[in-house]
Amino acid sequence: MKKNWLSYPYLLWMVLFVFFPLLLVFFYSITDRTGEGLRFTLAHFRRFMEPIYLKVLTRSVKLALISTVLCLMLGYPMAMILAGNHFKRKNIMIFLFVVPMWMNFLLRTYAWMTLLERKGLINTFLSWLGLNPLNLLYTEEAVVLGMVYNFLPFMVLPIYSVLSKIDKNLIEAAGDLGANQFTVFLKVILPLSLPGVVSGITMVFMPAVTTFVISRLLGGGQFTLIGNLIEQQFLYAGDWSFGSAISMVMMIVILLSTSVITKYEKENEGGGLW
Amino acid sequence: MKLLKRCYAALIYLFLYAPILILIIFSFNASKSRANWSGFTLNWYFELFKDRQIMKALYNTVVIALLSSVMATIIGTAAAIGIHNMKKLKKKLVMNLTYIPVVNPDIVTGLSLMLLFVFTKFPLGLFSLLLAHITFNLPYVILSVLPKLKQLDKNLYEAALDLGASPLHAYHKVILPEIMPGIITGMLLAFTLSVDDFVISFFTTGSGVSTLSIIIYSMARRGINPKINALSTLLFLTVLLLLIIVNLRTSGNGANKKRSDLKW
Repeated sequence: MKKNWLSYPYLLWMVLFVFFPLLLVFFYSITDRTGEGLRFTLAHFRRFMEPIYLKVLTRSVKLALISTVLCLMLGYPMAMILAGNHFKRKNIMIFLFVVPMWMNFLLRTYAWMTLLERKGLINTFLSWLGLNPLNLLYTEEAVVLGMVYNFLPFMVLPIYSVLSKIDKNLIEAAGDLGANQFTVFLKVILPLSLPGVVSGITMVFMPAVTTFVISRLLGGGQFTLIGNLIEQQFLYAGDWSFGSAISMVMMIVILLSTSVITKYEKENEGGGLW
Repeated sequence: MKLLKRCYAALIYLFLYAPILILIIFSFNASKSRANWSGFTLNWYFELFKDRQIMKALYNTVVIALLSSVMATIIGTAAAIGIHNMKKLKKKLVMNLTYIPVVNPDIVTGLSLMLLFVFTKFPLGLFSLLLAHITFNLPYVILSVLPKLKQLDKNLYEAALDLGASPLHAYHKVILPEIMPGIITGMLLAFTLSVDDFVISFFTTGSGVSTLSIIIYSMARRGINPKINALSTLLFLTVLLLLIIVNLRTSGNGANKKRSDLKW
């Protein structure tokens, strides 16, 4: 059966629309357009090392880290509950958990704008209680909240999928050998679920660190993240070379860490989402 | 303990659904306020359908989602059959290429395509959007079809040939029906992803051509607008319906009764 030719249109497509465009980004990031034409330079990468841009980088990493930790803390218990047999209609529980993930994420983010704004539902409730209204929208906390809300399922689902594959006999065996519930969790369940935790962490951290929409809508443009920086360079500042350089750095970091993690997952037969 | 678990789960579901439900409830609110209920109205829905800009964006979204998912399904299914028959090393190389758009941040995919279009002086607009959407849909179609091909019994195809079917006829009558569930799941997935996409569309569209996501972003940036609530409600119901269809399909298909393998 020689059917290789069937994939040729696809390969051509991918080279044209995936490989070549990325080559262009690389090309823009290492060249300068001067009056005399193109010139090789690393100035764009050096510029990214300037304090203002490093501050943007640290802020992105900080907010993404906080969101990831919060997602893990909220998500791990939830994954355990979903993996256990506490509900008669487990399929429906999981289905319900997945539905919001498929709703347009702009709308999910927008939903929080209506809740948090000055005259929004939360502040109305506060003033009804006789409390002063708070500044909730356009704060760093709002950005973190938006990230947690949008990315929580990405943490829960991989952990859930690993947890539900754990051999129940192992847990019983540990119990028979005299371990209490806490020890069973610490010595059996937690180590076995680590591959799921690792893929959950990447699946939350990666989109959180590259987002520009959540920070724009819930942060009101006051908290520039690395995604906003790239967007600005391309759409407003017109400095495509600098924008490409930032994108290159971001892409390399993400592709490298993903390949390390997939390798780790393969070794541990982890629970990727795909 | 059991009660505690139930309460925790309920709180998480509340956290996930409350914002969406409030959005839906206030889409029927007579006043523009998001805090006070001042009577039931369908006014925002009428306003929504009267808004020509939004209707045009809806039309663009649906057309692009339909065309890109169909195109991606055709190219992707053929590619999956080809990839399935490849030798190991070549297969690995092609699969790595396939994973790039899945792993890469959307913003990088979007701006790299924008650079391509600008560099080749390709006009930005509906057509460039379509090309971009086909590009990011393709890997998902392939990843849905390939597992079905792996499950396929090789002998079936050979038996068909032995019984006198031409290769094309054998494909049509034997292979295609077997992998159909994967193809349809891939197409629905591609359709949903296309409707849902914002970041890549944002970078690859030209002035004056919007999708719903782009409209929502530009409206939301300017503040709250009840028309978006009405739009959210309709979109939420559509997504819910699509997911129920996909879910019934996958659970009705005996091969993967084991629900622990999550498809999403």
